Amino acid sequence: MSILVIAEHENGTLVGSTLNTISAAQAIGGDVDVLVAGNDCQSAAQAATQVVGVSRVRVADDSSLAGQLAENMADLVVSIASDYSHILAPATTFGKNFMPRASALLDVSQISDISAVITPDTFERPIYAGNALAKVQSADNIKLITVRITKFDAATASGGSATIEPVTAAANTDKSRYLGLAASESERVELTSAAIVVSGGRGMQSGDNFPMLERVADKLGAAVGASRAAVDAGFVPNDYQVGQTGKVIAPDLYIAVGISGAIQHLAGMKDSKVIVAINKDSEAPIFQVADYGLVADLFDAVPELESEL
Amino acid sequence: MKVLVGIKRVLDPQVKARVNGDRTGIDLTNAKMTMNPFCENAVEEAIRLKEAGTAEEVVVLSIGPAKAEETLRNALALGADRAILVHTEDTLEPLALAKVFKAIVADEQPQLILVGKQAIDDDCNQTGQMVSALLDWPQATFASKLEINGDTAKVTREVDGGLESIDVNMPAVVTVDLRLNEPRYASLPNVMKAKRKPLEKKELADLGLDTANRLTTLEVSEPPARDAGILVENVAELVGKLKNEAKVI
Ligand SMILES: Cc1cc2nc3c(=O)[nH]c(=O)nc-3n(C[C@H](O)[C@H](O)[C@H](O)COP(=O)(O)OP(=O)(O)OC[C@H]3O[C@@H](n4cnc5c(N)ncnc54)[C@H](O)[C@@H]3O)c2cc1C
Repeated sequence: MSILVIAEHENGTLVGSTLNTISAAQAIGGDVDVLVAGNDCQSAAQAATQVVGVSRVRVADDSSLAGQLAENMADLVVSIASDYSHILAPATTFGKNFMPRASALLDVSQISDISAVITPDTFERPIYAGNALAKVQSADNIKLITVRITKFDAATASGGSATIEPVTAAANTDKSRYLGLAASESERVELTSAAIVVSGGRGMQSGDNFPMLERVADKLGAAVGASRAAVDAGFVPNDYQVGQTGKVIAPDLYIAVGISGAIQHLAGMKDSKVIVAINKDSEAPIFQVADYGLVADLFDAVPELESEL
Repeated sequence: MKVLVGIKRVLDPQVKARVNGDRTGIDLTNAKMTMNPFCENAVEEAIRLKEAGTAEEVVVLSIGPAKAEETLRNALALGADRAILVHTEDTLEPLALAKVFKAIVADEQPQLILVGKQAIDDDCNQTGQMVSALLDWPQATFASKLEINGDTAKVTREVDGGLESIDVNMPAVVTVDLRLNEPRYASLPNVMKAKRKPLEKKELADLGLDTANRLTTLEVSEPPARDAGILVENVAELVGKLKNEAKVI
């Protein structure tokens, strides 16, 4: 068996999700290749050669892969698919974009967002916002899979010695063009890789109150997240959203402030090791998943927390 | 421009899903069903395009059980012009759905296909991308803003790193996110009017497609529950617990 992992990378470095996806590939078993596709991506490819357990890194470095548009990414994956029994990418917005396209071109039913490998053809995946786990078996010759990154430990990023070889990018389809990314400016750690996350919900009342959470986050070296209600209300940008339709995270400590704990929010954070809830409503469902609950007005509790830390 | 919108009937998002007795799926007996929330955004966007004069016709398509007719009528009440139900009582995988879309597109020749980015039951997030692959059209996923400019469309995509903009050639498939718009409610007169709008039924079997599932669900189970936590009295106690008991700070 030979497995291909498609690397998520930006600005010359591998994104952490790639390391989790590599360990999912190792759980399936077999040789693991990594495909690094992009424009000017040699240093990310070098980084991939260092990851323990990777045999070969294949690099498609081409201007047509700038912005990693789905059409060109999918064609590239299809062009090398016959070398593999499994093709994996992280179930982040990166992988979710082109993987189903590649699957359909290969006439394969994708297995989305796997949370465990049972055997090389059977996988567990959450459905209904994580309210149930389905064990699914694939009958396809090549298995295309996206990986729930919080469910697999990161592979070791250094100490490996994979070979590196170029792959020719597929012809540019020119069906779409990348215009740019408006990234939210933040000095803080990234939400999906943070060990501690402090999240605010509708209870924060306004974006102007988020600095209060940011000060707590800074004392803890934490990232700041939010519920959908807080994002929809414009308190914070979309990339803060945790949940079924936002980011799925599993930090060591998750502090939910003024968040009620809707099913869709829990879907994104209930695998956190320790959950703290601060909410003035003792009936809020968030308390059912919290290890430590504090029934209090957040406008008293959060400043107090900042001074206690 | 003609817009084709895909819609799916799903368990209401406010209802907690429970595994059925024989652990083969979710118990949907007498459960409250509704239009998948992301599909509501797709329908809304299509109707707005029509109201703005950009689209002439909005056709809604559902591939599913006879009861999906209700969901299609709901879309008609919201303002869609015409509905197509491709009837099957089987649950198809996204790949099979994409094949059905392709067959319908051959008849309908839309210039834009709008679908939700994911269905909240299987959480697959595949169908739109697969439809565009089989049609050899461009795709724009997770759209929170859509601007049609003749032969191209500019789409703002919600991605993990922020908001990405791309430009796609038309015709295209766009999968929509919740922040694209705020769906309207159907007024009572429109609900009445929707009953007389055209709804065409086709049998999946008559399309002559290979829609066999490739995945077998062996078992469905409840996720492990978290251990019950405790309530702390105050912030000082909380910080103490986090330092000394949980040892996470
Ligand atoms: C298809 C779909 C997908 C969704 N995806 C997501 C998702 O990805 N992520 C997500 O988060 N949601 C998602 N949602 C929305 C979800 O259902 C909830 O509406 C949302 O999570 C609620 O956010 P909230 O907890 O901040 O707001 P609310 O439910 O309004 O809760 C606010 C809480 O703040 C508390 N509060 C208010 N004031 C104070 C105070 N002064 N001090 C202390 N506590 C206070 C209240 O007691 C309340 O519990 C989705 C919904 C649907 C239908």
